[in-house]
Amino acid sequence: MAGNASHFKIRWGMAIDLDKCTGCGACVVSCQVENNNAPSMDGDDKLRTVNWLKVYRLENGKTFPDADVAYLPRPCMQCGNPSCVPVCPVVATDKNEEGGIVSQVYPRCIGCRYCMAACPYHSRVFNWFDPVWPKGMEKTLTPFTSTRPRGVVEKCHFCHHRWNMAKEKARKDGLDPMSLPEDAYIPACAEVCPTGALVFGDLNNHDHQVYKLAHSPYARRLLERLGGDPQVYYVSRREWVWKQLDNYLPGEDPAHGTKAKGGAHG
Amino acid sequence: MFLGLLFGLGFGWFVFPQLLYSEVTQPIPFNHKVHVEDAGMSCEDCHRFRDDGSYAGFPTTEDCAQCHAVATGGETPGEKAIDKFVTEYVDTGKEVVWQTYQYQPDNVYFTHSAHQHLECAQCHPDLGKSETTPVLYRNKITGYSKDTMKMWQCERCHAENGVSNACHVCHK
Repeated sequence: MAGNASHFKIRWGMAIDLDKCTGCGACVVSCQVENNNAPSMDGDDKLRTVNWLKVYRLENGKTFPDADVAYLPRPCMQCGNPSCVPVCPVVATDKNEEGGIVSQVYPRCIGCRYCMAACPYHSRVFNWFDPVWPKGMEKTLTPFTSTRPRGVVEKCHFCHHRWNMAKEKARKDGLDPMSLPEDAYIPACAEVCPTGALVFGDLNNHDHQVYKLAHSPYARRLLERLGGDPQVYYVSRREWVWKQLDNYLPGEDPAHGTKAKGGAHG
Repeated sequence: MFLGLLFGLGFGWFVFPQLLYSEVTQPIPFNHKVHVEDAGMSCEDCHRFRDDGSYAGFPTTEDCAQCHAVATGGETPGEKAIDKFVTEYVDTGKEVVWQTYQYQPDNVYFTHSAHQHLECAQCHPDLGKSETTPVLYRNKITGYSKDTMKMWQCERCHAENGVSNACHVCHK
């Protein structure tokens, strides 16, 4: 059940190298196309645009020549202890499938948006409008993710359909669908990233690149001290970047890493 | 009053179900028996998996045209069906819109590859020995076929066989 991801044999996760990310936004576009996010009617209205993955710009606040910038792609963290799941009054979202991906079932969602209020990462988005594909653009629709009507919440699911497809291929090839070769399943954003900043794999598999990156001394998680146990890791060698990934007391040193102590919720 | 009750029950049990469903027939009458028994074909010759593990479902016009490329000019119902297929689909290069009796809505993910150990007829009508194709009853309100598997049926079989019923196992 929700609140305990430790019993999963597979835990899909991502490691994002913030020193490699150039903020190009290819991940955002590929995500939007892959998962049938309707083109925005008004792209300026950032409160009402539907993106499962967003890129945030971090600045160190200094002036030239010390000014520095980093770009932070933010998919769903697929928390081991998700705060969005227990608040859902209709169980439209759950974290109970092998692989540890937090699910969202749109026809069941009643649009109360408790999950959006609960998620500290703003990973969830609400459909304020019925999706409209302008004439000709409906040709971009994919059969992978069902389209969502107005009034429901949606979120990143690590391109879950790609896992299904990888399992189908494995069965056809006579392989075990539950122990896929590395990179047999990767989400659209990680596949398209031109600098290789997004690395995807099984956090429980010691042979996977993502496991090594997640255990690097340069790896941090976003707001780790809230206790959500995110399955997305951010890698950077810049201390000012670490400082912006979590809240630190004055004088506290983020170089020593953080230890999740939360978990009281859920 | 008793007559009114009878009328009401009669409407509810016999008239309304007929009003609710439209009857859809396959675009080409298809005889499975001839193909299996006379031509010696196996089910997988037409209903097969693609190389990526996805299920092709129905054969393409090209597949059928491997045998039925030329009109027969015959007068039997079978020959007429073949000729209809050849003139309307092979000659024009169109695909036949075969109707699926178990068509699932968009938000359902179903894979045949994980269900290969089951018999086809456990979920589908057993058409292998049939000379005709059954009528498809389509619900006029929902658009679903009468034979579309319900969620409780999927869930029950999963539960009985120890397969996960997590949402994303079957939903997308």
